[in-house]
Amino acid sequence: MAVTGAVLVLFLIAHMLGNLKIFLGADSFNHYAEWLRTVGSPALPNRTVLTITEIVLAVCVVLHMWAAVSLARRAAKARPVKYAAKRKSQANGYAARTMRWGGVIIVLFVVWHLLDMTFGTVNPEGGDATPYARMIAGFQPDRWWVALFYLVAMVMVGLHLRHGMWSAFQSLGLTRRPQVRSTLQTTAVAVSAVLVIGFVAAPVCILIGVVK
Amino acid sequence: MNLTLKIWRQNGSSDKGRMVTYRVDDVSPDMSFLEMLDVLNERLILEGDDPVAFDHDCREGICGMCGMVINGVAHGEQKLTTTCQLHMRHFKDGDVITIEPWRAAAFPVVKDLVVDRSAFDRIIQAGGFISVPAGSAPEAHSVPVPKADADAAFDAATCIGCGACVAACPNGSASLFTAAKITHLSLLPQGQPERESRARAMVEQMDAEGFGGCTNTGECTAVCPKGIPFDTIAQMNADYLRAASK
Repeated sequence: MAVTGAVLVLFLIAHMLGNLKIFLGADSFNHYAEWLRTVGSPALPNRTVLTITEIVLAVCVVLHMWAAVSLARRAAKARPVKYAAKRKSQANGYAARTMRWGGVIIVLFVVWHLLDMTFGTVNPEGGDATPYARMIAGFQPDRWWVALFYLVAMVMVGLHLRHGMWSAFQSLGLTRRPQVRSTLQTTAVAVSAVLVIGFVAAPVCILIGVVK
Repeated sequence: MNLTLKIWRQNGSSDKGRMVTYRVDDVSPDMSFLEMLDVLNERLILEGDDPVAFDHDCREGICGMCGMVINGVAHGEQKLTTTCQLHMRHFKDGDVITIEPWRAAAFPVVKDLVVDRSAFDRIIQAGGFISVPAGSAPEAHSVPVPKADADAAFDAATCIGCGACVAACPNGSASLFTAAKITHLSLLPQGQPERESRARAMVEQMDAEGFGGCTNTGECTAVCPKGIPFDTIAQMNADYLRAASK
């Protein structure tokens, strides 16, 4: 859970930085997308680095989900008789309680996101348009519900990381002092907030017409 | 004050069990929660009914015998308090109180609110000890222990093994209990020789007992009547990973 999650967080940081290139204009954004496909060329065939990244990410997502499902199944087996009274959370862990359902929402989002931005199946411009054109067309005001779905999904990602990022350090036994844990928890909140803002900036700016 | 209690009644491990509603009148705010149940039981006995079975011993909050889930919270909502030290002044006249046993596959119900916590004993047996020559106590200063380590080890050692951590955990995990026992020994010089084999054996026993896995929700430490620090779970994970990587 911790290790695969860490890989996915590193990917999210890179992905967010790449997204922000939309504010530098169409050329910059499209060149960046092109560079992702040609990086290492001519020493390496095109798409080598990208394909390796895609495989690593896919493996991490599958292992992360497998770990989550086995934990949930163990939990169900460990408490076959449920409480009659609603169990009141004493730990103020809203983010911790949304991990499982939040994770499901994020997976559904990723499927939509790939169909929208990678394959262009559900994008008005289709898969042959430039990445910039796909991005702009995807978040037009008449498709406000797409932008809204992105926003909700990004908030879920933020909550997921708010618990997941420090929790990974705890699982790896690196939070043996209270100060370390509280520092990591603060860092997790800050990094999650930066990622959410970074990711929603582009859809929101396209939606309100700041980026055309 | 007058209260309505909804109590889990289960006549033995093979009985299916059900919630039964009782009224208890004239409860004094100075009574402890267990004394309030004693009042109910005295009446049930006089009426020829079966009294509600619950575990208790010292009634001073140090033995770890008592424990029930009160309105969905292990030991009730009062922080750092065992059920026996919870007083009725925290409740109001007319309150409806739901009382259930610890719910975990590894803690089978013996009767009503009494659960079998032998799983904890087997986790301790798996590695919660140090090997030293028996005999008279050694000179106290022969093995110096840094103050910070002594304090942290003592914080972990205050675990009374009541099982509230398991009851509160959404995953039914016994990580806080096992971690407290591992940390208490692994921070002291006397615990070093068996540090890795202990972590491995106790974690494996915990898993074998059918407890769930830890997802760091922190519910355990929030209900723990002894305030066992959450950091102990990180210590357990560190010791276990160190043992597993060899």
